[in-house]
Amino acid sequence: MTLTETKMDNKIGFFVRNQSIVVPIAAIFVAFVLGGILIFLQGVNPLVAYRAIFSEAWFDSDGLLRTFQKTTPLVLAGLAVTVGLRVGLFNIGAQGQLISAALASALAGIYITNLPPILHVIVALFCGVIVGALWAGIAGVLKAYRGVHEVISTIMLNSIAIGILDYLVSNPFQEPDQSLQRTKKIAETAVLPNIGVIPFGFILAIIICLLVSWMLNKTTAGFRFNTVGKNKFAATYAGINMKLMVVTGMLLSGGLAGLGGAIETLGITYRFEPAFNAGLGFDGITIALLARANPLATIPAAILVGTLRAGGASLQFETGIEPEIVDVLLAITLLLVSAPILAKYLFKGKAQKSANVTSGWGN
Amino acid sequence: MTDYLIEAKNLSKKFPGVLANDNVSLTLEKGEILALLGENGAGKSTLVKMIYGLYGSDGGELFIKGQKVEFHSPAEAIAKGIGMVHQHFQLVPVMTVAENIVLGAEKTKGIKFDLVAAEKEVTELSIKYGLEVDAKARIEDLPVGMQQRVEILKMLYRKADILIMDEPTAVLTPQETDELLKVMQGFAEKGVGVIFITHKLREVLAIADRVVVLRNGKVVGTTRPKDTDQEGLATMMVGRSVVLDVKKDLANPKNNVLQVKNLNVRDDRRLPAVKDLTLEVRAGEIVGIAGVEGNGQRELVQAITGLRKIDSGTVVINNEDVTKLSPHKIHELGVAHVPEDREKDGLVAAYSIADNSVLNRFDEKEFSKAGVRQIGAIRALATKLVEKFDVRTPSIDTSAGSLSGGNKQKLVIARELIWGPKLLIAAQPTRGVDVGSIEFIHNQIVAARDAGSAVLLVSAELDEVLGLADRVAVMYAGRIVAILNQKDAERNKVGRLMAGGDVN
Ligand SMILES: Nc1ncnc2c1ncn2[C@@H]1O[C@H](COP(=O)(O)OP(=O)(O)OP(=O)(O)O)[C@@H](O)[C@H]1O
Ligand SMILES: [Mg+2]
Repeated sequence: MTLTETKMDNKIGFFVRNQSIVVPIAAIFVAFVLGGILIFLQGVNPLVAYRAIFSEAWFDSDGLLRTFQKTTPLVLAGLAVTVGLRVGLFNIGAQGQLISAALASALAGIYITNLPPILHVIVALFCGVIVGALWAGIAGVLKAYRGVHEVISTIMLNSIAIGILDYLVSNPFQEPDQSLQRTKKIAETAVLPNIGVIPFGFILAIIICLLVSWMLNKTTAGFRFNTVGKNKFAATYAGINMKLMVVTGMLLSGGLAGLGGAIETLGITYRFEPAFNAGLGFDGITIALLARANPLATIPAAILVGTLRAGGASLQFETGIEPEIVDVLLAITLLLVSAPILAKYLFKGKAQKSANVTSGWGN
Repeated sequence: MTDYLIEAKNLSKKFPGVLANDNVSLTLEKGEILALLGENGAGKSTLVKMIYGLYGSDGGELFIKGQKVEFHSPAEAIAKGIGMVHQHFQLVPVMTVAENIVLGAEKTKGIKFDLVAAEKEVTELSIKYGLEVDAKARIEDLPVGMQQRVEILKMLYRKADILIMDEPTAVLTPQETDELLKVMQGFAEKGVGVIFITHKLREVLAIADRVVVLRNGKVVGTTRPKDTDQEGLATMMVGRSVVLDVKKDLANPKNNVLQVKNLNVRDDRRLPAVKDLTLEVRAGEIVGIAGVEGNGQRELVQAITGLRKIDSGTVVINNEDVTKLSPHKIHELGVAHVPEDREKDGLVAAYSIADNSVLNRFDEKEFSKAGVRQIGAIRALATKLVEKFDVRTPSIDTSAGSLSGGNKQKLVIARELIWGPKLLIAAQPTRGVDVGSIEFIHNQIVAARDAGSAVLLVSAELDEVLGLADRVAVMYAGRIVAILNQKDAERNKVGRLMAGGDVN
């Protein structure tokens, strides 16, 4: 083998060893290039379009606040899916958990009236967390005791949640004299404030991210979760109660999604209105996969998605491009990061030359 | 030069922190059986994986049949006539033997897959090479030895004339092993070249034409069976002389630690696997279970350790009824368990050696305070395990999955032995381990016994059971058919009992 070949292999080796960073960034890059082509085909300079998104999202104080507001529930939705993935569970139901929690905390914010400000916020957040956790917990129990696959049950629970919530906000809890399906505003005492352009909920979300990261990496509970996710046979051997882990994993995942919904209600929308949080839970899946199930990485991933969501609106205003282009960008990204098999195939020949991607064959 | 099937010149392979192969040169001739021998982690698997295109090399040249090659994938190696049989078979369980063999190289009749022709071809091939197997049988219904034959036939069907076998006998029964060795000799007679990796020196002496010994990634010697013997080979491998027999004093058994009474357990297919089994193990003694694999040993071990539901009967450990307890509770009573499948049950491949060294002890006081993992204590333990049991690794932060097979096994044994368990249940404790380390592990098991542990040993290696056990329990068809003291456990007698015969 010649010297240059060895050098080249080392470079590829670098990419393979750092797959967890390289793949998401490459995916985003490819998505922006493909999205740019689509924008170009509509007669708009892609650079102008992207600049419109980012200048609106980052370089305008209203826009910046909106970016953080969009990002906040996304961090938690991404974290919810991440925690599930760590325990080997694919929680597709973050959406259902998040919206049920959003309504629950709205109701707590509206109908509990005799609490002092800070306590009221805490109680309302707590209601959201509990409802989100329980909604996911159903899927956990079904999986642990009935062997129902969580992907199926959480998708179904999403639909059920949407149906129930539509009923609740169009009948018992609808705002009086209002044709829109939405609740009343929450009480002043239940409002999560903004600190400048930073919503308080964002800070809370970051703190939770740090806590979850610490929990997964440094505690015995995290070790249990990770072991179950990485090798369930070894986990059983190690005396870990699999059923309990599946249920608690789902509870925690749903609780985090629920916190996202609660913060959205108390800090951003101030009421529950189904149209407001459409798709947050699904963006959470994109974020978790983009972050490769690393809790801290969900923060930048959520900021990216939040930016696109916040800036997408101005795109139409400035260039006439439909904001759905953002969905296209995210869909391409998701496709690329969730197809590690494809990535492995692309890397294959060279990868095995220089790095330890294949572990031993058992001997 | 064109005479060689394989000629490797100065092949090298680096992994982070290790030079797994260091200028290795080697040749394989037509019709030759070349045994590769070496300690755990010496670089045998790495070398053959390079030849098979699974790893690229970091230096050196490889010639196949006189032609310089540089493989980027096994597909390219297969195209050059190289076949490799892995320990983990790559077969589709629900398909038949014939379907598996032709898969990916199917012959078609019009657009239809010609199953009849495939079955005929497979049958012909199997007769030609003496690898009888029923072409119509489904893979999942076949024993391990048969599945391995299918793997080999797959290679032959693809016209392989170079066969690489990495520890093929580790999972075989003695009988299956003998058959495989004969088959390999048949290959050689037909001009096929075979590279054969094993830790069993007897096998090397029986069939190898030439032996190449690796140590620390380097070739340290080449010899022929007629010029050496087991001791000679062991010395070449390890660099010192190895005691092949276990040395131990007479046992001094004390109180009953494990009492199994009238135990009935089912296997995964819900068929009775352990039948009305009664057994006792006392502190300070080693009870060895001799038996052909698949006679209920696995289910027995899983039942005792809480990993499998018990149909009826009781298991008592240190006077506590554990019949319904969880694996965690049983472990807390002082039970250590070396599982037979280290890859699946015993280790988390993605975890570091450090994390694996507390895999089933992570929540003990020493390693967890108020729910927070005590990294310092965990690392100290891992360092101790690696040093004491000579686990060959660049560091304790290396992932367990990248250890060589034997070193994985040593890590599991180390973890289970280090804490002085009251009851040690060891299934296949030395599978895939080199002779030097076998000696060490045996000594450690005897030391555990002498320190007062009760030991239940399950091994497919009859010599291991006979050498180590103070009492030998012979298991056949889910039952203990005889319990013999070591001095009465004569090889032929035990062999007959294992096959379902009676004592006389
Ligand atoms: N994929 C890998 N990544 C990193 N290191 C590896 C990898 N595979 C092997 N090694 C290291 O290379 C060395 C040689 O390993 P190899 O598997 O070739 O040993 P071996 O001779 O087959 O041993 P055994 O008899 O235990 O199977 C070991 O130190 C091992 O830890
Ligand atoms: Mg090996």
